[in-house]
Amino acid sequence: MSVTAPAYLSALRGVVWREALRFLQQRERFLAAMVRPLVWLFLFAAGFRAALGLSIIPPYQTYITYDIYIAPGLVAMIQLFNGMQSSLSMVYDREMGSMRVLLTAPLPRWFLLLARLSGGVFVSILQAYAFLAIAYLFGVDLPLWGMVTVFPALVLSGLMLGALGMLLSSTVKQLENFAGVMNFVIFPMFFASSALFPLWKIKESSLALYQVCSWNPFTHAVELIRFALYGELNGQAFVIVAAAFLTFLLAAVWAYDPSKGLQPRGGRG
Amino acid sequence: MSKASRKTAKSGAKPNGSERAPALSVSGLSFSYGAERALDDVSFEVMPGRFTGLLGPNGAGKTTLFALITRLLIQDRGRIEIASRDLARAGSAALAPLGIVFQQPTLDLDLTVGQNLAYFASLHGLSGTARDHAIARELERMDMGARSGERVRVLNGGHRRRVEIARALLHDPSVLILDEPTVGLDVPSRAAIVAHVHALARDRGLAVLWATHLIDEIEAGDDIVLLHRGRVVEQGTAGQVVKRTGAKDLGDAFDGLTREISP
Repeated sequence: MSVTAPAYLSALRGVVWREALRFLQQRERFLAAMVRPLVWLFLFAAGFRAALGLSIIPPYQTYITYDIYIAPGLVAMIQLFNGMQSSLSMVYDREMGSMRVLLTAPLPRWFLLLARLSGGVFVSILQAYAFLAIAYLFGVDLPLWGMVTVFPALVLSGLMLGALGMLLSSTVKQLENFAGVMNFVIFPMFFASSALFPLWKIKESSLALYQVCSWNPFTHAVELIRFALYGELNGQAFVIVAAAFLTFLLAAVWAYDPSKGLQPRGGRG
Repeated sequence: MSKASRKTAKSGAKPNGSERAPALSVSGLSFSYGAERALDDVSFEVMPGRFTGLLGPNGAGKTTLFALITRLLIQDRGRIEIASRDLARAGSAALAPLGIVFQQPTLDLDLTVGQNLAYFASLHGLSGTARDHAIARELERMDMGARSGERVRVLNGGHRRRVEIARALLHDPSVLILDEPTVGLDVPSRAAIVAHVHALARDRGLAVLWATHLIDEIEAGDDIVLLHRGRVVEQGTAGQVVKRTGAKDLGDAFDGLTREISP
C-alpha cells in the first residue's frame, strides 16, 4: 500500500473515532470532566461573586459578574485536564501495548502523534461545549454567537495543552509515576494563570507571581478563549499559544523518535 | 549467484526456499542498550511461503529484534529490508507489507472485536466496504466471526490472540511476524494457533517469522534461526540443524547450542 492522501485521512479519522468512542464509553470520565468545572462555577464563583470586584477589562464592555469572568478559565481548565488525561491514556496505551499498534502503522510518526493529539482535542471540545451549554442554561450570561467564534480558539488551545500532555507522556516511563506529574503540572498551571483572577489583580498582590502568570502559556490559552467568546482575537495570546503548541509538538515528536528508543516492555526476550 | 544466496552462503546456511527475493532480510544487525550489547551482527532471511522459527532462550534478543523490525527502535548498525525496501531509507512506509503480533496483548479491552479491527484497518488505509469485508473475512478465518460485536474484555486469552492474528492480516501483508504469540495460552489454543499460522505460510504464501523458545511449535520442514546472547548461532531448516549438530532432535540441538556457549 502506498501512503496516499486518503491513507492519511483514513488514519486520522480512525484515531479520532477511537478516542471519541473510548470517551463516550467511559461515562464516569465524562461526568468527572463536567463536575469539576461546574463545582468551580456554581460554588466557588457564587462565593466570590460578592467578595471580588472586577473592573471593566477587555474584552468586556461593562461590569461583569465573577461567574462570567471565570467561565473561559474553566473551559481552558477542561482542556488542560483533558490534555493530561489524554497523555495519561498514552502512558496506559504504551503500557498496555496499544500504542505500538499506532506507532507501527506505515505512516510518519509525526503524523500519527498529531492524529492522536487531534483525537484528544476533539474530545476536549465536546466537553467544553457541554460545559458552555450547561453554564448558559443556568444563567451565565455568555454571548450565544460566542459559541461559534470560540471554536478556533478551542482547537488551538486544545492542541497546545494536548501537545504538552504528549510531551509529558513521553518522559514518563510508568503509569504509577504520572500522578506526580499531574500535580506538578495541572495545579501550578491553573492557579498561576488568569483563569481565576485577572492579571492586574495578581500584579497588585505580587509582582513575581504576575511575572510567572504572564509567562504561563495557560494564561494565554485562557485569554485566547475569553476574547474569542466575544468574537475578538487576542493577537498576543494567539501567537504565544501557537508558538507553545509548535514547541511542545516538536519536542514530543523528538521524544517519541524511535532512535531515542521506545523500549518494549516485557524484557528483551 | 543471487544476492539472497550470497548472504545464505556467507552465513553458512541454506534456506529451504526458491530463488525468489526474501520477504524479510536482516543483515549485520547490531543494537545496544547503552553499554549492553543486545544484538550482535545478526543476519537471516525469511522467504515467502516459509514458516521461520526465531528460536532463542529468554534474553536472547528476540524482542529487541522485533522492536527493530517494527521500527520501535533504530539499529546501531546493519540493514533491514521488508519486501526489498530498506527500512532505514523508506522509514515507516516500509512497514506497510508487515503484519505484526506483539508478545504483549495490544487490543483495546473497552472496544469490541470489530471496533478494534476497524481502528487498525483505518491505520492501514482501509475504509468503507473494503474494511468491512476484510474484517469479516479474517475473523471468519480465525473462527471468530460471531464474536465481532463482543467487547475484547470478555474474551479469553486464546480468543484474544486469534483476534490479534486476524487484525495483523487485515491489510493482506506479505510478511507476518509474531513475537512469542502463544505465551500464557493453554495447550489446545496454542496448538490451534501454531497450526493456523503454519497453514497461512503454506496456503497463502506468507513469509512468517515466529519467535519462540518452545521447540514443539516448530515443524521438521520449517526454517529456523537460533539466537543466543544476541548472536545467530545456527540457521537452516530444522532438519538440517539437527543433522549438522548431530543431535537426536531439535530440542536436543537447541539445548546443546545454547548451553555450550554459556559460561
